[in-house]
Amino acid sequence: MLLAIGLVVVVIGTVLFNFLSPSFTPLASNWGQIDFTLNLTIAMTGIVFVVINLLMAYFVLRYRQQPGKKAAFEPENKKLELWLIGVTAIGVVVLLAPGLFVYSEFVNTPKDALVVEAVAQQWQWSFRLPGQDGEFGKTSISLINFQNPFGIDPEDPNGQDDVLVPGNEIHLPLNRPVKVLLRSKDVLHDFYVPEFRVKMDAIPGAISSLWFTPTKAGTYELACAEYCGLGHHTMRGVVVVEAQQTFQDWVAAQAIFSEEVAEAGTNTGQDPVVVLGQQLAQTKGCLGCHTTDGTPSVGPSWKGLFGKQESLSDGTTVAVDEAYLAESIADPSAKVVENFPPAMPPYTLNEEDLEAIIAYIKSLTGND
Amino acid sequence: MAQVAHADVDHHEPQSFWTKYVFSQDHKVIAIQYALTAILIGLVGLVLSGLMRLQLGFPGGFDFIQNGNYYQFITMHGMIMVVYLLTALFLGGFGNYLIPLMIGARDMAFPLVNMLSVWFYILSVLVLVASFFVPGGPTGAGWTLYPPQAITAGTPGAGLGIVLMLTSLVIFIAAATMGGLNYITTVLQLRAKGMTLMRMPLSVWGIFVGSVLALLAFSALFVGGVMLLLDKVVGSSFFMPAMISMGTQLAYEGGSPILFEHLFWYFGHPEVYIVALPAFGIVSDLMCAHCRKPIFGYRTMVWAILAIGVISFLVWAHHMFVSGMNPYFGFFFATTTLIIAIPTAIKVYNWLLTLWRSSIRLTVPMLFSIGFVSTFLVGGLTGLYLGNVVVDIPLSDTYFVIAHFHLVMGVSTLMVLFGAIYHWFPKVTGRMMNDVLGKLHFWITFLGVYAIFFPMHYLGFMGLPRRYFNYDAFTSIPDSAQAINTFITVAALTVGVAQLLYLFNMAWSYFKGKKANGNPWQATTLEWQTPDTPPVHGNWGATLPQVHRWAYDYSVPGAKQDYLPQNMEPVPAGTGNGKP
Repeated sequence: MLLAIGLVVVVIGTVLFNFLSPSFTPLASNWGQIDFTLNLTIAMTGIVFVVINLLMAYFVLRYRQQPGKKAAFEPENKKLELWLIGVTAIGVVVLLAPGLFVYSEFVNTPKDALVVEAVAQQWQWSFRLPGQDGEFGKTSISLINFQNPFGIDPEDPNGQDDVLVPGNEIHLPLNRPVKVLLRSKDVLHDFYVPEFRVKMDAIPGAISSLWFTPTKAGTYELACAEYCGLGHHTMRGVVVVEAQQTFQDWVAAQAIFSEEVAEAGTNTGQDPVVVLGQQLAQTKGCLGCHTTDGTPSVGPSWKGLFGKQESLSDGTTVAVDEAYLAESIADPSAKVVENFPPAMPPYTLNEEDLEAIIAYIKSLTGND
Repeated sequence: MAQVAHADVDHHEPQSFWTKYVFSQDHKVIAIQYALTAILIGLVGLVLSGLMRLQLGFPGGFDFIQNGNYYQFITMHGMIMVVYLLTALFLGGFGNYLIPLMIGARDMAFPLVNMLSVWFYILSVLVLVASFFVPGGPTGAGWTLYPPQAITAGTPGAGLGIVLMLTSLVIFIAAATMGGLNYITTVLQLRAKGMTLMRMPLSVWGIFVGSVLALLAFSALFVGGVMLLLDKVVGSSFFMPAMISMGTQLAYEGGSPILFEHLFWYFGHPEVYIVALPAFGIVSDLMCAHCRKPIFGYRTMVWAILAIGVISFLVWAHHMFVSGMNPYFGFFFATTTLIIAIPTAIKVYNWLLTLWRSSIRLTVPMLFSIGFVSTFLVGGLTGLYLGNVVVDIPLSDTYFVIAHFHLVMGVSTLMVLFGAIYHWFPKVTGRMMNDVLGKLHFWITFLGVYAIFFPMHYLGFMGLPRRYFNYDAFTSIPDSAQAINTFITVAALTVGVAQLLYLFNMAWSYFKGKKANGNPWQATTLEWQTPDTPPVHGNWGATLPQVHRWAYDYSVPGAKQDYLPQNMEPVPAGTGNGKP
């Protein structure tokens, strides 16, 4: 009796939860067909779940052991079993057919799609557009350095007009299909914006892709959906969907590769020690965990860090001066800032490099 | 298959404490060694899940949980539960105990290798536990251990931790191989006279096919594990492409992370059936004994186990739909995955049809059997979402997947494990487990797991990615997601603590449980017909049993009692003899 009630309670609870619960994120792309197939699946599996649980509840009550009643001896019923196999097979086809149809649309990218490259790394995103010639320049891991974070081959003419978007934010034009080419500089990552529905892993050493058409203007958060280490949960990007003209204006305002190459050769008037520090921060991997724009990541941001009073994990406070920075680089576990993990490996730097990095951190005042 | 009836009963009966209980070659002792080790390490896995849920339910509420050790918790929780608890307990624990007894043999075909297998298993557990204590701690790469991150800086435990993990897996696979060879040879060669394959109880069929899968699938994990170990230790590039790590280019080049994924999941998918098929077989036997009716469609149930076993090797890349592999593979694997749903569904219908027009005793094993059907149903149905490639794309790597695999692999198999232990405890120990505690344990667990895992599907619909330490970086996640996570944590901690009831019941009943006769459930299968309870070394006394009927002669029309043991002499014609 209790068991029958228990099963009915489970059915009522789960069905209620389904109708009262928060739903899918609002759709902002053309992939409403995925939602349709998903809803069809929910409906069909929901009915099966309810029916079978209620049947069990009924059987548990109706066929409970009773004096004088014996179990039936019916080892098989070929006809019934064949019928059940048939009905199940039909159910499977009803789910699979629309699913594969929609999938075939996903696999065939529209020819006129705008192509954008998303480059994943631990723990940030950067983006690239092919520029006027519509072709991306070839890239190579061995070409990646501070001045060429995308690793574009300077000898490849196609790369000269590539539009570079090194920050975490990409803009897209409304209502135009976009094909996102994905690659990674280090480990597996995944490009996932829930409102667009589609996602795909970014693989080091290969290129993958997905496509969608953004149908609602707005700002969307991009999450990494393939575990990539300590900062997986902090690897956030932004996708801004806007009108075509606004998008063109934004593209025009971005740097292109040939300009970056030219700039790297000129003296920008910055203190060379600070410039060295900036390069070291990139090549030594500091920027993998410490941002320069104020966002806390795996480690505290460097913006406005120098001169601050920091609270440490042991409850004390410390003034962030040269001595503290030098100590934290050589022995990071000595004084860990509150609410950050003790995850930083120690670095042994020579005098010149240490001075340069500290100079760079100092230059990142909170005032710009 | 002609049998030597009894010549070898007395020639190597163990005499000392060490050969009887520690270095024993008796399948029953080995089974208990497997089971106790698995349960112990499983408790570690349970505590790890509690720690994970503390962080998810109350993010930032516990200073000692940071991103590094959180990722280590999730990794070790997953690996322990799938491999070291479930696989070891179903194959090493139940397989070892039940197979010889249910087929009428004295022991396994290779008793010495059997003993080696449990000691290799225990060694693999020790190596695993050692990884908690090395510099850098255990691996935090996720139980799937994907390269490149599993062996590069930026992932916790990428030093000694991952090396010990892979070493432990290699040792475990040696143990599993030795065990698997034993189970298969024993089933094929040592069945008692009259025990044809189609008279074997479904428990044996489930464990047998599960063992075949183990022998065929673990080799892929072995190879992948060794290659990953080489990439880490000698710097080879099987899976490692040219890449930058923490600002510097590493020396690797030309390897493919997707190759690892294929090797891993070629093992990983059959692995879930290695765990599930024994559960399917066992639950059939539990149900029949406790509702006094033959399993509905025995032959179909056997064919379904075989079909699921075969097809399970054809579906693996449904774990890789968004991996960046050739997208056209998606069509094939979605189709095979939805096809495997058919024999699985047949089994569910047949369990239901077994209950139909039966005489149900609501004993603790029956409660857990019904709990299995309900939780397996919901878990299996969500497999249809994830198998249908395009529906999987938004749901992959979200909490929907976590809900699915816990229900189908963790919860429902656990229901069978609990039911099975309550059921066979009297045979193993000669005492019954406490009924009141058992029922309380069932109710808290059954309702609790629904509270934990049902809402979790909706976190997946909301797009919440898995393997996230917290969601602080994201502003667009609604507060209701956190509310659900907190609710799930409270439920999980409650269910976790409730398992103490069960542990206490096991321990207390071992010493103080009501004494049982040899066949308290009045079951037909051979293990209940041993002359001694618990069975002694050699199981059957001077003469091996002879089998005259299938395993499901319950409530045979015209028979004097409502069950006919498999070794009972044939009943005179006209009184119904069930299956051949």
